Amino acid sequence: MAVEGKTIDALSQFELSPVLGIFGDAVSFSQSNLFMVVAVALTFYLMKATADRGELVPGRLQALGESAYEFVAGMVRDQVGDDGRKYFPFVFSVFMFVLFGNMLGMLPYAFTFTSHIMVTLTLALVVFVVVTGVALSIHGMHFFSYFFPEGAPKWLAPIIIPVEVISYFSRVVSLSVRLFANMVAGHVMLKVFATFVVLLGGLGAVGPFVAAMPLAVNIALVGFEFLVAFLQAYVFAILTSIYLHDAVHLH
Amino acid sequence: MRRVMLLAALAATLPTIAMAASSSAVPVEGMPQLAFSHPEQGRLLVGQIVWQLLIFAALVYLMTHVALPRVGAVIEERHRRIAADLEAAQAAKAEADAAMSAHHAATEAARSEARTAVASAVQAAQADSDAKSAALNARLAAQVAEAEARIDAARATAMGAIRGVAADTAEALVARLVGRADRAKVDVAVGRALEASGRA
Repeated sequence: MAVEGKTIDALSQFELSPVLGIFGDAVSFSQSNLFMVVAVALTFYLMKATADRGELVPGRLQALGESAYEFVAGMVRDQVGDDGRKYFPFVFSVFMFVLFGNMLGMLPYAFTFTSHIMVTLTLALVVFVVVTGVALSIHGMHFFSYFFPEGAPKWLAPIIIPVEVISYFSRVVSLSVRLFANMVAGHVMLKVFATFVVLLGGLGAVGPFVAAMPLAVNIALVGFEFLVAFLQAYVFAILTSIYLHDAVHLH
Repeated sequence: MRRVMLLAALAATLPTIAMAASSSAVPVEGMPQLAFSHPEQGRLLVGQIVWQLLIFAALVYLMTHVALPRVGAVIEERHRRIAADLEAAQAAKAEADAAMSAHHAATEAARSEARTAVASAVQAAQADSDAKSAALNARLAAQVAEAEARIDAARATAMGAIRGVAADTAEALVARLVGRADRAKVDVAVGRALEASGRA
C-alpha cells in the first residue's frame, strides 16, 4: 500500500475519503472534517470540564484547561493590549483548532487536517477577514491610512502603497503556507522513514539491524513533530494577535 | 471511567476511518491537497472547506458564549479570593504590628520609669553615703589633728628631756674620763651638738 513498485508513496496519507457512509458521501463529509469535529469536541470538553470543576486548587485536567486559557489570554494581552479582550475567544479558538489539528495528526491512523492547504488557507482567510473587519469597524475609512505610513514623503506613495497592500494581503499566504508546509513536510518525512524501516527490514538476516537506523530517525522525528505541532499553533495564534494589534492600533 | 470508555471508542473508530482512506477508484496524481480535478477528491476538497467553516464557527460560538466565560469566571474567582485573602492577611499584619508597637512602647515606658527610679535611689544613696563619709572624714581629721598635737607635745617634752639626759650623760662621761666636770660648759656643748644635728 505504501510502496507501489519501486516508488515510495508518502502522499496517499493526505487523500480525503468520505466517512459516515452514504450521508457523508452525499454531503462530502470527509475524515478531515471528522477530525475537525473531534478537535472541537476535545477543546469544548477540556474547557467545559475545566469550568465544571471550578475548584480553587485545580486538579490536573482543570490546570490544563486553565493554563491553555491563561496562555492565550496572556498572548492576546501582551500583543493587543487590554482592548484585545473581546478578541480573545477568537484567538483561543484559532489556537486550539490548529493545536488539536496538529496534535491529533500525531496519533496513529489519524488524519492531520492542517496538512491541507485549503484548510489552512481557509483559516488564514477567516483570520484575515476578521482582522480587516475589526480594523474597518474601529477606524472606518481612516483604516486605509495604514497603507501609507504617516510622515513618509508624498512622492514615495506610488512605491509605498503597493508594497504595503501586497504585504497586507501576503499575510494570508504566509499564514497558510507556513502551517501547511510544516505539517506536510513532517508527515511525509515520517512516512518516508517508516517505509524505509519496512523496506530495509525485509533484506534478509541483516535487515532488522539496518532498519533500526531509520527507526531511530523516526523516533527522533516524532518528538520533533510534537514540537512543531505546538510551535505552529503558537505561531498561528501569535501572528493572529499581532495582526489584531495592527487592526486595533494601526501601527 | 466514562472518559476512558469515550477515549477507547474514539481509538477504535480511528482505524476504520484509515481503512476508508485510499479507496478511490481513480488514482490521485500529485499532491492530494491540490487534486481539484480528481472526480472524488475535488468534491471532497470543496466539501472540506464548507464543513470546516461550519465546524470552526461552532467552535468560536462554543468558546465565546459557553466555555470561556465560565473558565474566566473560575480564574477571576480565584484571583478575587487570593486578593481578599491577601488583604485580610495584610490587615491582620497591620493589627499585629500595631499591637507589637504598643507593646514596645509600654515596655519602653516601664523601662524608663525603672531607670529613673533606680537613678534616684542611687543618687539618694550616694548623697547619704557622701554625707556619712564627710562626717567620718571630719571626725577622723579632728582625731588626726588631736593625735598630731599630742605627738608634737610628747615630742617636745621628749626633746626637752633629751637635753637633760644628754647633759647628765655627758657630764657623767666627762667626770669619769677627766675626774671632774663643769656642768655649765657641758650644757653649752650639748646644746651646740644638738643644734648641729638639728634636734634643738
